[in-house]
Amino acid sequence: MVNTTDLRRIVKAGFLDFSRNVFTSLASVLIFTITLSVIAGVLLGGAALDTALRELKDKVDINVYIEEDVPESDIMNLRERIAALPGVREVSYVSREEAFFEFKQSKANDYLVLQSLEELGFNPLLAELNIKASDPSQYERIASSIEEDFGLSATGESLINKINYRDNQAAIDRLAKFISLSERVGVALSTLFIFIAVAVAFNTITLVIFTSRDEIGVMRLVGAGNEYIRGPFVVAGLFYGLIASVITVVLFYPLTKWVSVSTENFYGGIDLYTHYVSNFFEISAVVFVSGALLGVVSSALAVRRYLKL
Amino acid sequence: MIYFEKVSKIYAQDAVALDNVSFTVSPGELVSIVGHSGAGKTTILKMILAEEKPSSGNVFYESLDIHTLDRKELIRLRRRIGVIFQDFRLLPNKTAYENITFAMEAAGRSDEEISSDAPHVLDLVGLSDKLWNFPHELSGGEKQRVAIARAIINQPEVLIADEPTGNLDPVNIHEVTQILKKVNDLGTTVILTTHNKEVVGALGKRVITLEGGRIVRDDKSGKYAL
Repeated sequence: MVNTTDLRRIVKAGFLDFSRNVFTSLASVLIFTITLSVIAGVLLGGAALDTALRELKDKVDINVYIEEDVPESDIMNLRERIAALPGVREVSYVSREEAFFEFKQSKANDYLVLQSLEELGFNPLLAELNIKASDPSQYERIASSIEEDFGLSATGESLINKINYRDNQAAIDRLAKFISLSERVGVALSTLFIFIAVAVAFNTITLVIFTSRDEIGVMRLVGAGNEYIRGPFVVAGLFYGLIASVITVVLFYPLTKWVSVSTENFYGGIDLYTHYVSNFFEISAVVFVSGALLGVVSSALAVRRYLKL
Repeated sequence: MIYFEKVSKIYAQDAVALDNVSFTVSPGELVSIVGHSGAGKTTILKMILAEEKPSSGNVFYESLDIHTLDRKELIRLRRRIGVIFQDFRLLPNKTAYENITFAMEAAGRSDEEISSDAPHVLDLVGLSDKLWNFPHELSGGEKQRVAIARAIINQPEVLIADEPTGNLDPVNIHEVTQILKKVNDLGTTVILTTHNKEVVGALGKRVITLEGGRIVRDDKSGKYAL
């Protein structure tokens, strides 16, 4: 059992080891900084990918075009029933007049179209219900449910003129697959990057402690207990982790700023710098806990093999 | 105090380090173990420290069978034994003073004991002016004197020295031999291995001669006979 005096001696010895092995300490802190940067980068990259995919999902929708003479009360009723379907995130109603107004607005510079509409003399557009699903893979099921169950009013008249899902089905399916694949690739790559970075940090510490194996042998022979031998290495590992954490969180200020400025022209997703600053405490907590754990656990495991009596 | 009972150590069929070795070391004795390289001298010392296990036979420290001790008992036993190596084996990132106090801290000595005993022992080995030097700043003789100070700082019952003069010049050989004699005179049992005739002659104490893993001579007041 380690008492207060032992703990004080262990911490002091760990600090002296850290400060006297300047080259080894710097190399370890550098490797730890790279590892923690990968972890912080994965966190920020994950947030960026998440936002980009969410925006992409938001661009996908299906429209249900309503027959011309259906009263608005029936449309509102239909809207409520569709909104109650599982997987439906949002249903918005666009009346014939709104649809006509929006269409004219969008073609404000197209003289030919505007002239044709004027000559036509009436509003050719239909009212529509715009449906957004919580996930693009849900559109197939939602469209089928509407076609099969909601096609007729209470009096047996046809409510729905057309659902545009079938026109866009191939594109929506492809997009749904792309989004799902992107999410999975994102998780897999993040896991792989973190695994490689952690493995490199572990191996660095293993190498550092390998160079001290004779020293550990001497400590054993002068009768030092395992805690007394392991302690200073664990403390030095903790120093590596904490110093690397400070460097990483400081480094990410200019880094995220630079990435945000460099990508703002072609990437409309989140501003990484703003995201980093607004989530600074959460990201710092992850970085510091990861750094401390990495230092302590890797050192303790690396020393263990030399503690055999 | 230390008793080897029919101890053999066989690494492979044609690599026999010790062959049926039996001897006793009494408290307060100074024993030199001599022999050619590969005769089994270091293996004997490693067995006392439980760094090596015998292939057959037993090694006792008082009533304790060394190779049946658990981890904690072994740590306690090692604190009763001081060790000196030919290559000094000082901790490279600790000063001379810290190398010595490390052994005291490991043995659970208090801060007060450390600050009173450590300078005294460094003075005993003639290194009072090198307290804050790192091992790479010391000569071979100085390193060995730090190693001796580290080995005796906790007042061990036994001091084991593996070729303690092997890397030293004649002046330092003489000084280290005198320190070992002094330590023994103060009541510590000393077991050393050596190749050096002058050391054995200067000590003038018991000599065990090994050849091919067997004891071929055991003289109460012997000399180097190979």
